Amino acid sequence: MAFTLLVNGTEQHADVEPEKPLLYVLRDDLGLTGTKYGCGEGQCGACTVLIDGSPERSCRLPVSSAMGKKITTIEGLSRGDRLHPVQRAFLDVEAFQCAYCTSGMIVAAAALLERTPNPSDEQIISYMEGNVCRCGAYGRIIEAVRRAAAISGRPHNA
Amino acid sequence: MRDLAERSEVVADEIHDHEIHDPELRQHNSISRLPHTFNFDRRGFFKVLGGGLLVCIAARHSIAQESGATVHHDHELPKTLDSWLHISENGQVTAFTGKVEVGQNVRTSLAQQVAEELRVPLSSVRLIMGDTELTPYDMGTFGSRTTPQMGMQLRKVSASARTVLIGMAAEHWASDATGLTAEEGKVRDSKTNRSISYAELVHGQKLSKIIADDPELTPAKDWKIAGTPAPKTNGHAFVTGAHQYTSDMKRPGMLHGKVVRPTAFHAKLISCDTSQAEKIPGVSVVRDGDFIGVSAADVMTADRAAQAIRAQWEAPSQISDRELFDQLRKPASDKDDDTEQYLLGSVEQSRGQAVKTLRQTYTVAYIAHTPLEPRAAVAEWKDGKLTVWTGTQRPFAVGEELAEALRVPTENVRVIVPDTGSAYGGKHTGEAAVEAARLAKSAGQPVKLIWSREEEFTWAYFRPAGVIDVSSGAKADGTLVFWEFDNYNSGPAAMRTPYEVANQRITFHPSDAPLRQGSYRSLAAAANHFARESHMDEVAHELRIDPLEFRLKNLRNDRLRAVFEAAAEKFGWGKQKNSSGSGFGIAGGFEKGGYIATCAEVSVKSGAVKVVRVVQAFDCGAVVNPQGLKNQNAGAIMQGLGGALFEAIRFENGRIVNPHLAEYRVPRFSDLPHIDVVLVDRKDQRSMGAGETPLTGIAPAVANAIFGAAGVRLRSMPLAPSGLPAQST
Repeated sequence: MAFTLLVNGTEQHADVEPEKPLLYVLRDDLGLTGTKYGCGEGQCGACTVLIDGSPERSCRLPVSSAMGKKITTIEGLSRGDRLHPVQRAFLDVEAFQCAYCTSGMIVAAAALLERTPNPSDEQIISYMEGNVCRCGAYGRIIEAVRRAAAISGRPHNA
Repeated sequence: MRDLAERSEVVADEIHDHEIHDPELRQHNSISRLPHTFNFDRRGFFKVLGGGLLVCIAARHSIAQESGATVHHDHELPKTLDSWLHISENGQVTAFTGKVEVGQNVRTSLAQQVAEELRVPLSSVRLIMGDTELTPYDMGTFGSRTTPQMGMQLRKVSASARTVLIGMAAEHWASDATGLTAEEGKVRDSKTNRSISYAELVHGQKLSKIIADDPELTPAKDWKIAGTPAPKTNGHAFVTGAHQYTSDMKRPGMLHGKVVRPTAFHAKLISCDTSQAEKIPGVSVVRDGDFIGVSAADVMTADRAAQAIRAQWEAPSQISDRELFDQLRKPASDKDDDTEQYLLGSVEQSRGQAVKTLRQTYTVAYIAHTPLEPRAAVAEWKDGKLTVWTGTQRPFAVGEELAEALRVPTENVRVIVPDTGSAYGGKHTGEAAVEAARLAKSAGQPVKLIWSREEEFTWAYFRPAGVIDVSSGAKADGTLVFWEFDNYNSGPAAMRTPYEVANQRITFHPSDAPLRQGSYRSLAAAANHFARESHMDEVAHELRIDPLEFRLKNLRNDRLRAVFEAAAEKFGWGKQKNSSGSGFGIAGGFEKGGYIATCAEVSVKSGAVKVVRVVQAFDCGAVVNPQGLKNQNAGAIMQGLGGALFEAIRFENGRIVNPHLAEYRVPRFSDLPHIDVVLVDRKDQRSMGAGETPLTGIAPAVANAIFGAAGVRLRSMPLAPSGLPAQST
């Protein structure tokens, strides 16, 4: 079935089954491999993308549900060479080790800052609880989100 | 007993093929393989015999029981510079190492050491890692050996190259080499102030000189690039999603694979009907021995095809986790086992000197590494040659595994390891690589195989469970008199005590393990530290001596004392007293050249345990990258918290009961304590690895703190999977 998807501000076409998870459409059909498979169960957050600005687990989301909505992936956060404040902060703080969780973490954090420009640590922890970092860089990730909040004042449109 | 410092040097100096005789390393390597025994030539075999019927032969080869270690060859390290180092015409320095990057950040720390000794900017150094065609042989990235061994090797290479380059400049200028120095990628003549760049000297040619045996290495106190914080190499690619992990790769014509798994461990294939799967257009089905797999142009079709296969398996009845510890106490059926014992003085004869004796048993459950990137491989055949990209810690061993399984000469197999989404000791083997290669062979196209989370939880291997009996005796003043320590199954790593005890009997007893088990970050050091440091705490409380004071009383090693003192000071040990609901614990030890001490504060409210604060002091010699080392310490504490508090693999009759993240709890944001890492930077000491030992202190520190807070002594890891036991709160 042919789908037109609005991914990172661009119309993209994919001819796939309606039940195919968005994750696989992004990665295998559209070549956007920044979004990761971690569990396929919606439990780890590695596959987090924004659907109309809200973080969603793309491994559990049939592509048909994403039709007509704004899909933002990690590849869509930066503007050319200009990194999104959350990306900048993750880099500055080095909020990763193997970095496999990083895309999902950054996308989730970007969504948080859109809603809550100056989150408390408790708000960060509560919002990000569904994102797993097996290397255990949680402390630095919280620091990076705080830093992103500070450097952006108000993050640019994600 | 060998002095700790001497043991640390031994750890650093053991090399390559000798390593295989080290029982601890054997543990790293003796991971059984999945029983894929392919029979490519069976059709031919039957033809020769004139047999008319090809039956489903459940060929089970002894290989399933064999060690995963297949180091048969003498792998002498190349002695010429060009195998390790290349300087291009534009001055780009490329270093080659068989080590791999799995998040421990050695791509950065090794580059720092090259830049330091070669006297070039860090930005001009790049590393080619873990590629069996391009890099020198390497046994694998494990045992915290990258820093002491590969770091030292690349320092020697770079320092030798520096001397060679100075010699080339002298020749170029037809002058004496005295007065010539290397800096910033150039050789400078201090007398005339002229300089020439390495690039101009080398002209992109190979550095064919032999590596010096004893080149002049830069002492850590004079380091300018090593020893300073360096950001992770390629960080930009990770925050933009541009980095290509194995699972992100795409090759022309690539198909997606899926393996049909048995219903239980040790199951044999009785029958299988693949006809429905074969009817799906574009699907290639492989059935070879007990292996069944499919490949198709997209994951949905591959999944559908795998589900359409009807397979019948027969599995022997197997034990459940409830019987685990009884099973582990039974001696291994293989008499040629790896029992290891250390004896000092006489435990029996010294018993009378003790006024306080204590005997306790500690246990640890099986746990899973749960790397966020599951096993993945992309396999491609071309003209009889096989190339596999895969996330493994042992590319050369996986190359041999592939050669054996696919029946091709090792020289026709190339394994490439893209920087990988973590491993933690869990990716020593090549399961996904072998499976992808087998599928690709039949499909005639490249195949990518990514294990599902459930496959990773079931068909990977686990950190060994263990039972540890500790029996000790002490005098009234706190002097330990005897120490008996019996470890069943979890392993001998860090089994010996760093405390001074005149009479010791320390034994590792191998068992017939009910699950496939193998390496895990720090091996058995986590279990052995848990048992030893919990027991030390118990004895201290029995004797009414402060647990830190008790340890220091029995400890002579200066470096271990120093980390205990550094952690205690930062933590404010002794300033706050245990109270109902709030407790403090301390633990420490020595392993793989690293000295560690960990203090933890926990709160216990209505039975719920929360680790509030952790201070960890760590000494691994001269610190190469403080930025990375702090990150790694904090990460190890977080990862260790999982095994300490709640991680456990549950199993029943050959099946994993909790093979999903919803049922197997890993540490999350809300589990994060306030963490302080104190690095004790010993510039006078050799740099040692830090991937593993920082994980070993947290479990006993937390167990001891729980005792402080709730008065209940927990001796089984995980300590509190669903809070404290009801009767204890």
